[in-house]
Amino acid sequence: MTTSPLSNEPDKSNLWQPNRTLSKRVETGVKALFALFAFVSVLTTIGIVLTLIFETVEFFKAVSIWQFLTDTQWTPLFTNKKFGIMVLISATLLSSVIAIAVALPLGLLAAICLSEYAPAELRKWLKPALEVLAGVPTVVFGYFALFTVTPFLQKFIPGIQGFNALSAGIVLGISIIPLVASLSEDAIYSVPRSLREGAYALGSTKRETIISVVLPAALSGIVASFILAISRAIGETMIVTIAAGQNPQLGFNPLVPIQTMTAYIVQVSKGDTPAGSLAYKTIFAVGMTLFLITLTLNVFSYWFVRRFREKYE
Amino acid sequence: MTTSDTKPTNQSGVNPNFDLALNKRYNLDKVFAIATWVATSFALLVLAILLIDVLTDGLGGLNWSFLTSFSSRRASSSGILAPLVGTIWLLVITALISFPLGVGAGIFLEEYATDNWFTRLIEINIANLAAVPSIIYGLLGLQIFVRLIEPITKGRSVLAGALTLSLLILPIIIITTREALRAVPDSLRQAGFALGANRWQIIREQIFPIALPGILTGTILALSRAIGETAPLIVIGAVGFITFLPELSLKGLQSSFTALPIQIFDWVSRPQVEFHQNAAAGIIVLMIVLLLMNSTAIILRNKFQQSR
Repeated sequence: MTTSPLSNEPDKSNLWQPNRTLSKRVETGVKALFALFAFVSVLTTIGIVLTLIFETVEFFKAVSIWQFLTDTQWTPLFTNKKFGIMVLISATLLSSVIAIAVALPLGLLAAICLSEYAPAELRKWLKPALEVLAGVPTVVFGYFALFTVTPFLQKFIPGIQGFNALSAGIVLGISIIPLVASLSEDAIYSVPRSLREGAYALGSTKRETIISVVLPAALSGIVASFILAISRAIGETMIVTIAAGQNPQLGFNPLVPIQTMTAYIVQVSKGDTPAGSLAYKTIFAVGMTLFLITLTLNVFSYWFVRRFREKYE
Repeated sequence: MTTSDTKPTNQSGVNPNFDLALNKRYNLDKVFAIATWVATSFALLVLAILLIDVLTDGLGGLNWSFLTSFSSRRASSSGILAPLVGTIWLLVITALISFPLGVGAGIFLEEYATDNWFTRLIEINIANLAAVPSIIYGLLGLQIFVRLIEPITKGRSVLAGALTLSLLILPIIIITTREALRAVPDSLRQAGFALGANRWQIIREQIFPIALPGILTGTILALSRAIGETAPLIVIGAVGFITFLPELSLKGLQSSFTALPIQIFDWVSRPQVEFHQNAAAGIIVLMIVLLLMNSTAIILRNKFQQSR
């Protein structure tokens, strides 16, 4: 039976017709555009590296690398110019070590508390509270270090000066506790329950379970959080600039003013240093040193996580 | 856990490392539990002290004329108008630049990209960029945005500042966009393909609207980080003493600027005590701005979680 085409065939003009050429073109265009956006991040890295290399090479035309690495004085803004980067590195190292000594133990203990001890109801409040601490701008921590912590320390430690590495380091450490706590907590929390129950079944107490089973299982995540915290401490600027002073000197005395790499960059940037002058080039040489240190830490962290990650399920 | 140093006192063939000193172990357990609580409360206690401290120092200096006057050489008549407006300028321009860039890049990496060398390069790169110190971004901005493209930005301008901050928070926005997109169930994409839509149509009509609240939350948090940043802005040359507002036009983009953290830093580093009260009052204003942004993000997140 053939039905009449007139009655059954719908009116084609009312039908939705996909414009495939157009939507394909839009698709290709959007994809290319977004790939370009993603490429901006690569361009950023290239920009950072080229910027630093370009000015650093210019700097090393005026100052020998040997002098840069071995001189024990840092006085680029004086008439008698000396460029011993070790002076700034020692200051950065000092403030970072103090910060890490505060942040790593406290952050890890806080992570264990959140993941293993805190009841779920309390955890729901504690995590956002730590996020608030993480969101406090560093300039505020700098104010806190200079006007609250330093006077407090002066009550107990005679001879501590108004600007010092100790106060800056402690506050810097406090400012990165949330980073350590939250990343370590993620790692500890994701250790499967069965591992804990296995340890309990063998007669371990809760602390023994945590220390000998849970923490080793979460090791790669914890170490990654530690390394990120260390590189944050090294690259942090405002707290050390405000509270640790602007006094470049070699040594590891936490009670006197020092100048870190980042604080030096700020000091030069605040003044009127003409582009192209030697002082202008020094901030890029210092920036390059800073970048290389944090890059090394990142690469190590990347390698460590890949090498030691425990996969469950 | 170092039971190895306990002396093997029993001769009965029991493993000498086995030490059933339950009381001692339980006591150590208590000490350990207390230590974790102390660490957590210490962090929160410091936060509380910091907030109370800033409030007691700064509330006295916070009044209407502080909000509506320009910086001055005398602390008592100094105000925060220029930095506050500068921060709002930075916020808006940074959002306009970083949101499309970051979301586009996130969509590309999560929805389009196949696992090839280009994708892996970008992924490693983003992870690395997120850990680069912010002051390095300042050096990048100084060289590229202040000097290289000076004809567009007119040097140390609000545009150069916003571009620098955009690059700084781009990795965060890309990462949160990807997380939000990953949370959208794959069945929606497959349903879209089954109906004959292509990928962009599915993203536009189905995936993106569902992921949007999550993306917005992440973007606002990233922006609030940008607003609190001081170091990169100092490096590209924001100044602490500005007594005019950028005009509300494209020309205003090229105007020199200051921002709340810059002004706070400027006041903190002055020797006179009166300026320190201004700094504390400025910190209160900055924290209120951040609080408003963060509560918006939290409200968005809660709404998002309820509707799912």
